[in-house]
Amino acid sequence: MNLASLAPLAVVLPIFGAAVTFLLLRQERAQRIVSIGVVALTLALEVGLLASVWGGGTVAVPIGEWIPPLGITLVVDQFSSLMLVVSSAVSLAVLVYAVSQGIADGDKDGPISVFHPSFLILIAGVSDAFLAGDLFNLYVGFEMLLTASYVLLTLGGTTARIRAGVTYVVVSVVSSLLFLIAIAIVYAATGTVNMADLAVKLGQLSPETQVLLHVMLLIGFGIKAAVFPLSFWLPDSYPTAPAPVTAVFAGLLTKVGVYAMVRTETLLFPGDALNVPLMVVALLTMVVGILGALAQTDIKRLLSFTLVSHIGYMVFGLAMSSVIGLASTVFYVMHHITVQTSLFLVAGLIERRAGTASIDRLGGLAKLSPLLALLYFIPAMNLAGIPPLSGFLGKLGLIQAGVALGTPMALAVVVAGVAVSLLTLLAMARVWGRAFWRTADDADNPDPALLAPARRASMPAAMVGATAGLVGLGLALTVFAGPLFQVSQAAAKEMLDRTPYISAVLGSDAAKLAASHLNQPQGSALPGGQAPGGALPVGQAPGGQAPGGQTPGSQPQTGAKP
Amino acid sequence: MSPNLTLLLISGVLFACGIYLLLERSLTRVLLGLLMLTNGVNLLLLTTGGYAGLAPFFSKGTDPRSYSDPLPQAFVLTSIVISFAVTGFMLALIYRTWQLGRADEVADDLEDRRVAAQSGWVPEEDADVPADLSEFPSLVEAAEADRAALAAAPHAADLPDDAVLGDAVPLAAGPHDEEEPE
Repeated sequence: MNLASLAPLAVVLPIFGAAVTFLLLRQERAQRIVSIGVVALTLALEVGLLASVWGGGTVAVPIGEWIPPLGITLVVDQFSSLMLVVSSAVSLAVLVYAVSQGIADGDKDGPISVFHPSFLILIAGVSDAFLAGDLFNLYVGFEMLLTASYVLLTLGGTTARIRAGVTYVVVSVVSSLLFLIAIAIVYAATGTVNMADLAVKLGQLSPETQVLLHVMLLIGFGIKAAVFPLSFWLPDSYPTAPAPVTAVFAGLLTKVGVYAMVRTETLLFPGDALNVPLMVVALLTMVVGILGALAQTDIKRLLSFTLVSHIGYMVFGLAMSSVIGLASTVFYVMHHITVQTSLFLVAGLIERRAGTASIDRLGGLAKLSPLLALLYFIPAMNLAGIPPLSGFLGKLGLIQAGVALGTPMALAVVVAGVAVSLLTLLAMARVWGRAFWRTADDADNPDPALLAPARRASMPAAMVGATAGLVGLGLALTVFAGPLFQVSQAAAKEMLDRTPYISAVLGSDAAKLAASHLNQPQGSALPGGQAPGGALPVGQAPGGQAPGGQTPGSQPQTGAKP
Repeated sequence: MSPNLTLLLISGVLFACGIYLLLERSLTRVLLGLLMLTNGVNLLLLTTGGYAGLAPFFSKGTDPRSYSDPLPQAFVLTSIVISFAVTGFMLALIYRTWQLGRADEVADDLEDRRVAAQSGWVPEEDADVPADLSEFPSLVEAAEADRAALAAAPHAADLPDDAVLGDAVPLAAGPHDEEEPE
């Protein structure tokens, strides 16, 4: 039996853990053991999944043995398993950090005890989104992680968090509704939501319908990924949450949006229909994000803006639809999850040690806590893309891909990318100069904690350890950049090729069919049967036929596999 | 086959009203707007299933085309459950907002307001470096330099960056002198 067929456990284990921790609401210690154990187990499983598809090989796991495109299919390929491993590793570090913070603060049975179940549901949602082989399951994965994130963001119910929570919930619900509308129209037009099946059938639609669906999906995912005109909710809502929550949100939630965008661009709508708009969006995301970061004085807000800014790099790599560009995006996503999360964890440590996260009021931290300075300095330089760190390698790949593409728009984004990485360095150096380098006397109204000698409780060893572990993971991405970039490249090749994905789910005939549609000039094979825009293309709805009934060889069977 | 016009029209009306309510500042109205939008989407999902056929229970000898499509109904069910949970959560948030501030409104982000209101000129970063280059200027010196620059150029309050450079004002005046003869 292939290890990859255990993929559903990546979703089921955290949900099971959430149920158990929910039953153990009053037993803090048992809760901690269960949730850390479950996340560690999930991580081990996902490392196994990655190993089983390393170097090529896509595995589709039909749930309940329903034959695709019927039923729910989970798909494990190199991209999804890489994302799973990185996200679980990061979640584990954040969980250890959060648990240690809880122990240090001694909060007994407050609302904080909901933290563990919500956190585990969040992980289950992220895993489900990464594994989903059909659009509706992707939607369910999104909803799981979003609902959990609503709870996590408003933990404690303070005024600031409730205010941020309201904005966040409304924006998220609207983005989910857009996604759901897109699913409805996709289903009306093709009669299926299975992504491999869609890859075959979307190519047969008229170009107008294709662009409509494409744009709707990208807008839905773009809000989640915080791409420029849709990014304003993020710096507004993230900074108010507790440090570990902000860290895990910053690391994972936007990346799930990016992941969905990658799947849309490669699997569902290959080709370069929207590449130029995506590049414009990437450029604006980078520039507007980093300019926002430079205006901030609160470290968490500053980091939220750099988060938005660097999403632009990933969108840029995606928009080039070349192997090297997409491979760089894959690598950059891994790098950015790790680095951004560790920076937010460090910001949490700074806040604990110095009593504030405002760089106006900070100073002298380098002398006060050299370890903290080191933990900030490494990921900060990594984010700015200083050689030889992984941020540099990812950006280098993107720039190479942009120059190789050579269109004026791509070159413009390359120039903006270099400028933005310099501005990131400036933003990071501002924090460094103010918070760490100058003396505490230079700070405005410094917090008493900054001038007092260190308290033991301010920086518990496990919190520092978890942060250090994550910084170490960031460095490991640099050290093992060679093999990781190779596997990113293999993943990118697979995604652009589409054949491995489609044939894993539907068999090789469907893959050939999809490739043949791709080679045809778009839309010319179809009589213009569908009204562009306005009218809902329900004409092709299966009307009475079972969904996916058009696919050769798949009949609505009831579970039993011959 | 044609889509069910009634369902589509109702869904359109729900969308319109939902978006209108969503743009309000009162949280309760925002919630009502979200509910309307959700129901609009649910109706849209339902219409994608095509015409209403027989209940999709398998019975021998029935033409498969006469069943109605069960998948959109499953979608709608899932979506209803999710929106139920989110509505419950939103109600809790609204109640908490009321408890905390006796208000039922989307509040402003104060930090955002503060950042927007701040001057682009930061003494520590933008002040003139003293000629002896001994250390960073103290805040007092920087503030004095700023005040002097402000006194020299009354308009400089709008252009704080120029005000920092002592000689920026005559330079900025330069082009105007050239334009006047033309």
